Amino acid sequence: MSELVAGPHTRAPLSLPTLMRQVLLAAFPATAFGIWLYGWPALYLLLITLASALAGEALSLRAAGRPVRSGLSDGSALVAGWILAMSLPPWAPWWIGAIGGLLATVLGKGVFGGTGQNPFNPAMAARVALLIAFPAAMTRWVAPAPLGTEQAPGLLDSLRITFLGRADWDAVTSATTLDATRTAVTQGQDLQAVLPEAYEPALAALGYAAGSLAEGSALLLAAGGAYLIYQRVISWETPLVLLATLAVLATGTHALDPQRYNDAGVHLLAGSTILAAFFIATDPTTSPATTAGRAIFAAGCAAIIWIVRTYGGYPEATAFAVLLMNACTPLIDHWIRPRVYGRTRQGAPLATGKEEA
Amino acid sequence: MLLSKPRLIRGGVRTEPRKQPTAGCPLEPLKPSGPLYVSLGQHIGAPALPAVQPGDAVAKGQRLGTPEQGLSAAVHAPTSGRVTAVTRHPAPHPSGLTVPTVVLEPDGEERWTAERPEPLTEEVEQLEPATISRRVAEAGIVGMGGAAFPAAVKLGSGQPVDTLILNGGECEPYLTCDDRLMRERAAGIVDGGRLMARALGARRTAVGVEDNKPEAIHALRRAAASLGGVEVVPIPSLWPQGSEKHLIYTLTGREVPAGALAADIGVVAHNVGTAYAVHRAVRQGRPLISRPVTVGGGAVAAPTNFEAPLGMPSRTLLEQAGGLREDPARVLAGGPMMGPIVPLEAAVAKGTNGVIALTRGEIREAEGRPCIRCGRCVDACPMGLMPFEIANRAAADDIDGAAASGLMDCLTCGSCAYVCPSDRPLVQLFHYARGQRAERAAAKERAELQRRMAEQRAERQRREQERKKAAAAARRQQRAARSKGGEAGTEGSQPDAAPSGEETES
Repeated sequence: MSELVAGPHTRAPLSLPTLMRQVLLAAFPATAFGIWLYGWPALYLLLITLASALAGEALSLRAAGRPVRSGLSDGSALVAGWILAMSLPPWAPWWIGAIGGLLATVLGKGVFGGTGQNPFNPAMAARVALLIAFPAAMTRWVAPAPLGTEQAPGLLDSLRITFLGRADWDAVTSATTLDATRTAVTQGQDLQAVLPEAYEPALAALGYAAGSLAEGSALLLAAGGAYLIYQRVISWETPLVLLATLAVLATGTHALDPQRYNDAGVHLLAGSTILAAFFIATDPTTSPATTAGRAIFAAGCAAIIWIVRTYGGYPEATAFAVLLMNACTPLIDHWIRPRVYGRTRQGAPLATGKEEA
Repeated sequence: MLLSKPRLIRGGVRTEPRKQPTAGCPLEPLKPSGPLYVSLGQHIGAPALPAVQPGDAVAKGQRLGTPEQGLSAAVHAPTSGRVTAVTRHPAPHPSGLTVPTVVLEPDGEERWTAERPEPLTEEVEQLEPATISRRVAEAGIVGMGGAAFPAAVKLGSGQPVDTLILNGGECEPYLTCDDRLMRERAAGIVDGGRLMARALGARRTAVGVEDNKPEAIHALRRAAASLGGVEVVPIPSLWPQGSEKHLIYTLTGREVPAGALAADIGVVAHNVGTAYAVHRAVRQGRPLISRPVTVGGGAVAAPTNFEAPLGMPSRTLLEQAGGLREDPARVLAGGPMMGPIVPLEAAVAKGTNGVIALTRGEIREAEGRPCIRCGRCVDACPMGLMPFEIANRAAADDIDGAAASGLMDCLTCGSCAYVCPSDRPLVQLFHYARGQRAERAAAKERAELQRRMAEQRAERQRREQERKKAAAAARRQQRAARSKGGEAGTEGSQPDAAPSGEETES
């Protein structure tokens, strides 16, 4: 008897580890910019988060009785840790990264059965868990202090910041654009009066503002996203629909009442919209499997982002939006499926045409 | 009902063609060297019944197997020689299961049989449709694209057919034998298409050829221009464009309804090789005894195209192509997308379009990573299924769930597995689930049969008992009557008659 292997005996070259490598490659420029912008504490936090995510993945694989080395080599744990680190406050203490990494891979993935089985985006699940458990540490943002400038802490000072939490917080803390606009709205102030101080479109596009480790640089993230689309790692529909829906919602409401609602520019450039559009909503495992389903998913994410930012209790909402839409994914995949050849949408065989004759 | 412009199918994958090594190799007729293993079961349906015995001298074209009742096809001697055995030989199938086979030792004389039918040289229009169908059946022609469905059955179904489609897709990587046939024998293909259209009563005939074969398109167009009646349509080069359902959609814009046949929507599709075989059967009285075969793959020293006699073992074909350059990782009958792994002893059958020996570098060993639900298989599926869902259900032994997700609509074309970044064995899981489903259906039927038999048995026993009881009662009555003096004798037979009447009812 020959070896029982069904066809095809040849395959396209794209493999899972390659996909994950491409994602890391695409995220690298924005991350490097974030490290430059916020200094060494950001690098330490990134490394701790990655190490912790890998440890959590190894632990989960061992507990599941699966080969640890090949499980780690698919790169999905590294990607989860990396995306989580990108979304953390850059000067957050080490234990935020350590707990976050473990949350992402153990609670986010491992307990559901590992790669491919998790219903929720591991990085976003960890981010939301951290935000709810440690609200203070998760919302302490620092003003840009680029490496090489005077404000930038040195290597040792940075160790003290990350591992001992010692910093002159009063001097460095700064509000994000979304924090500022949210405060203005809750205090009944005119947005247009507050915005010039809190938001400078050109700097926001570059990412030169207070914010998470590497979700501020809209330009670099969009460039990375474009690379992923070009390499066919992600489809173009998800980011396009997400950004377009958010822009339409923001533009429409802003036109109605500019003193109450932010315009599309603020919504797209501030916060983590671009990161979510290209790197988070495109996570294959937790988003629908059909193109139409992904479009619905992306539109839903955008709508929730807008609603929570505008009316909710948190200034930033991408993580909540993604998690809520993750929960809808099985339902979307159940209802939105392609029509089968030779069948109607309902699944009945097509008519042969003889009936008409 | 042909479209003016071919329509793009849903999904599909652009495979690496790898046709270049053999596309320039003309079909080289091979003389049999060594024994031929002519299978009696190289078609869909029942194997043919052996018409020869060991020791018989046979002439080229002589019948070796007579078609069995129902769906079957005749088998003929590819050359003259002596029958050394009627035995069982491995089929071109990964199981290595054997099929009834006539082993023929060639005498090298290539002496034709005296029973060879007269060539019919009349114009197509002057031939009776029944004459053409009969010739096709006598010649043992089956679908040569790989399905090996008896061609005469498809020609004589009696359903009204509007359009005949000739399949010149050849979208499997490596394979170029149909391409060569179209380039070299275009006139025969066009004539064969016209003959089949006549047999079917089809109004229009179209040949669909992938646009990566410009020479074949050119040759067919020239032949069609001089003979008429056939349109040549270039179609996109895409796997699985050569699937009957998808070729029909591309050319007519219509889909074959699930569970129906193409003929139900007035379309019949045949491979170009089948058309050529029909041409030879009618015009030359030549039965199907040889076919074009591509011998290729990186492990083959001199890949080429042959017109090989049926029954030639794969091993011999590989030797004829310069032998193996290195140990092949896999030897396939057909292309790498759907061709099965076969034993080297397996012989060329009517549906074998290639013998492909792949090196380790040409295949990708499955690493078997988990499904990440990326949806690439959904985008690639030409049937509009969600392959990952079917496979995941099959892997969890949820066979009913897999069936509900469209398991039986799947072509097993392998587009999904081709694009899967996790190297999931999707097609293998589909085969597994189908096997399980068939097994469960059979088990259910067996159980049902047993239940029915048990019920019948209980019923029979019950009646038997009733009958005995009634008989005993009758005897008692009779005894009582006799003791009274015997005047009630006729009454006594009545209770006896009722149960026996009931018995005959059942």
